[in-house]
Amino acid sequence: MKAPAPDDPTGFTNPAAALFRDAHEGANRCIQCGYCLPVCPTYGSMGRETQSPRGRINLVKAAAEKRIDIAGDMARPLDLCLGCRACETACPVGVPYGEIFEAARNATAAATPGTPGPGHRLETLLLRHLFPHPARLRATGNLVWLAQVLGLRRLAFRTGLPEKLFPALAALGKVAPETDSPRRRPTPGSVFPARGKRRARVAFFQGCVMDALMHRINRLSIELLREAGCEVVIPVGQTCCGALHSHRGMRAEAIALARRNMAAFETTGADVFVSNAGGCGARLHETDHLFAGDPDREPRARRFARKWRDLSSVLDELGPLPLRRECTETVTYQDSCHLRHVQNVSDPPRRLLRAVAGDRYREMRGAADCCASGGIYNLLHFDESMKILDPKMHAARDSGATVIVTTNPGCHLQMRLGIDRAGLGDRVRAVHLAEILAECVWDNDHLRG
Amino acid sequence: MTLTAEGREKLAAIFPPERLFFDLADRLSCSYDASFGDYLPEAVAQPQSAEEISRTLFLANEIRLPVCPRGAATSLSGGPLPVKGGLVLDLSQMRSRLEIDRENMLAIVSPGVITADIQREAAAAGLFYPPDPSSAHVSTIGGNLLENSGGPRGLKYGTTKEYVIGMEAVAPTGEIFRTGGRTVKNVTGYDLTRLLAGSEGTLAVVTEATLRLIPQPAARRTLLASFDRLHDSGRAITGILGAGILPAAMELMDNACIRAVEAYEACGLPAEAAAVVIIEVDGHPRAVEDEIHRCAELCREAGAGMARVAADDNERDAIWRARKMISPAITRMGPTKISEDATVPRSRIPEMMERLVAIREKYRLNLVVFGHAGDGNLHPNIITDKRNGEEMRRAEDAVGEIFQAALELGGTLSGEHGIGLMKAPYMEKELGTAGLAMMRKIKDAWDPHNILNPGKIFPEPGQTRIRLTG
Ligand SMILES: Cc1cc2nc3c(=O)[nH]c(=O)nc-3n(C[C@H](O)[C@H](O)[C@H](O)COP(=O)(O)OP(=O)(O)OC[C@H]3O[C@@H](n4cnc5c(N)ncnc54)[C@H](O)[C@@H]3O)c2cc1C
Ligand code: SF4
Ligand code: SF4
Repeated sequence: MKAPAPDDPTGFTNPAAALFRDAHEGANRCIQCGYCLPVCPTYGSMGRETQSPRGRINLVKAAAEKRIDIAGDMARPLDLCLGCRACETACPVGVPYGEIFEAARNATAAATPGTPGPGHRLETLLLRHLFPHPARLRATGNLVWLAQVLGLRRLAFRTGLPEKLFPALAALGKVAPETDSPRRRPTPGSVFPARGKRRARVAFFQGCVMDALMHRINRLSIELLREAGCEVVIPVGQTCCGALHSHRGMRAEAIALARRNMAAFETTGADVFVSNAGGCGARLHETDHLFAGDPDREPRARRFARKWRDLSSVLDELGPLPLRRECTETVTYQDSCHLRHVQNVSDPPRRLLRAVAGDRYREMRGAADCCASGGIYNLLHFDESMKILDPKMHAARDSGATVIVTTNPGCHLQMRLGIDRAGLGDRVRAVHLAEILAECVWDNDHLRG
Repeated sequence: MTLTAEGREKLAAIFPPERLFFDLADRLSCSYDASFGDYLPEAVAQPQSAEEISRTLFLANEIRLPVCPRGAATSLSGGPLPVKGGLVLDLSQMRSRLEIDRENMLAIVSPGVITADIQREAAAAGLFYPPDPSSAHVSTIGGNLLENSGGPRGLKYGTTKEYVIGMEAVAPTGEIFRTGGRTVKNVTGYDLTRLLAGSEGTLAVVTEATLRLIPQPAARRTLLASFDRLHDSGRAITGILGAGILPAAMELMDNACIRAVEAYEACGLPAEAAAVVIIEVDGHPRAVEDEIHRCAELCREAGAGMARVAADDNERDAIWRARKMISPAITRMGPTKISEDATVPRSRIPEMMERLVAIREKYRLNLVVFGHAGDGNLHPNIITDKRNGEEMRRAEDAVGEIFQAALELGGTLSGEHGIGLMKAPYMEKELGTAGLAMMRKIKDAWDPHNILNPGKIFPEPGQTRIRLTG
């Protein structure tokens, strides 16, 4: 992506020109070999070229060349893309799909100002008014998609959310995990010493949703890092990673969030920055893309981006963890797309799980295929998402696993939803990698609270 | 525009709305394949049965609507492009049947089934489906059948047509018919199965195929040999075949290709070599052991600087990895890749390689050569940029000269990618006026209104050279 023109940063005055500038070169690299088709979840579920990476790239190219209309022709197929980026890993010639996708989302936003598309109001609510505001998010607690349906309906009523989102919200609300007691939430500014010899100083990213609603997972992640010899700093002033904003074409917001995070983390003097959410980690890992072509900020953003590591690779590298308890359940792992395809991390979580579960670790069919949570894709396109999720649950069932392990909050929630829909609720649970590792490192008492 | 509002309504009577598209986005998504050119169809339909296709073709004859069958659109010769507009029949979703009949060693498949899935299911039943185009994990069996696709294993095992023994198909005029059967031997009447294989969707739409499977070879061994002179690599290849060994694959890469692969990902190929050859033998473990070492010896006798037999599966995979990297490596060199697959009798390979070097120099083009040397099927690839009109014109001339060279050496325009659009102008040169006319008679008899995949294989009147530029 090139630097935005100063007078037209988000391409509002001429979306097609901005799209050409940001995406044409990349799209033009596509040789239309189709190697990306078999890995694309939406091509699989919808069965049409328009909903494939090759189709989408061609549409973006055509829109950039003004052969088709951004809002009328290009927007919808791009809107139905999960942004999982499996196509990027499959592509033999390195077409930068992530960049093309974001440019297309920006162009759509610019070409349709003020037109509330499907789910637009929900998007505004979540992305502009909730995720970037830790305090508000915490106060909302178990509202929104992580909340009870009643609360949701009230909120929905007040904000005028479209009626058709109710089933999706209700379904997700039903499976949302209990929020943890705020008492033990790791507070920004804390420094947790390493247990035993200090081997690294790491700065920990709390995330917005993770921090507000699943902070037990953060707490366990921090404890595991300490166990592996890390001194863990929780930087003050950190905020939402902005991944969802980028995916939904809110580029200016994404940039603002990135700048706040850069400021917060750079001052910690940590060797590495650790995230335990695949999607957030991916965004942070690519922070430099947001500033590409900007001579002042790009080098700094690149240094910042290079420091990010996923929890699983840090634990895998510094391990082995002191295991005090044997895992007696059958365990399987669902890849986080952004961990796998953007951060290229797929072996470390598996190695860690094999270490605790031994033979009871089972690889499920299609573990690398997207679960279709896609940020808030499952809210905005509930039916399409379920068409991808339901078959995955067959694979999960066939694996015989009673624990499905994830490395991203969105996937986590989606797995809970899938388990519920498949009627497996009494037999199978979904956990974050940190949870299952923690269960084998400490006795249960330590985990409570 | 050939499709009127009335025509649309009639199509809508055949297909439910979720399988019939008139949207610009959907049509644009069926306007390309892996070759050149964009041709916008007027509609796209995704049939699920022979009956739907039959009704579509009856209608197409009535309203003179061009109909273009399309698989996964990985064709390198423009096969599925709707050059005359009309309807694209997207067969990629017609894939309900993939049945392995272990006892009779057969596979019965719908046209949209992905080739690699057939290979996998056959292997699960202890059987082997040999045709292995590099695109096997994407392309459909329908596309493979209609292009008669091959791959490295073509030398010993032949191409797709060697494995198809029966089809269900819909004629351009709408009749559903069957060819061949479930027996490997079958001489009842004309061999329509073979006629349809490689017909590039111009004679019928294939709706089901019966494929022959063979037992899995028990063992295989692989070697990599390098040569300082192109000529020597050719001698090694003919030497091995002359010694009564039939390898499963013999793959050749020229120096430009070796350098491209090494620049893309270091695979341990000797960057200075004029050529490297990969040889694989398969069969009974003891025979294989014997043959691979004999192959290595023969390479050395022909002047190979190095001939290394892979000690284990890891080394074997490393060798094949270098081969697999060719396609991505050379596409990284420029945005436009013109892939040719002119084929010559294998004794003429050294000469053909020399002609290609001369063409590269004459037209100052980035021309990379690799290919299935054992069966004379070379893949000269020109890497260019279609936005550079001047270079594209030089490429056009070079392609013409490549065809000319192949024909002069007793070869053919295409070993496996098909004629499609680009090579059509050269058909008469290869087949002669009478030869081409015999083919055209078949097409005219089967498809009197020329509605099925028009504009392919046969040149337009007066068209004698390819055009890559607009
Ligand atoms: C990277 C790459 C590597 C490749 N490697 C090889 C290789 O090693 N060897 C090789 O031989 N080819 C190769 N190809 C070419 C291509 O993959 C093959 O020609 C393949 O068989 C095309 O299959 P498809 O499903 O994509 O068919 P399409 O490209 O969609 O169609 C091919 C032709 O078949 C017709 N057709 C398709 N289905 C039907 C049907 N059911 N009934 C009637 N007509 C039909 C179409 O009209 C068209 O003429 C390669 C292509 C790429 C992009
Ligand atoms: S990002 Fe995922 S859903 Fe989107 S085109 Fe690529 S593979 Fe398909
Ligand atoms: S794999 Fe890459 S080059 Fe091939 S069609 Fe997909 S995006 Fe294009």
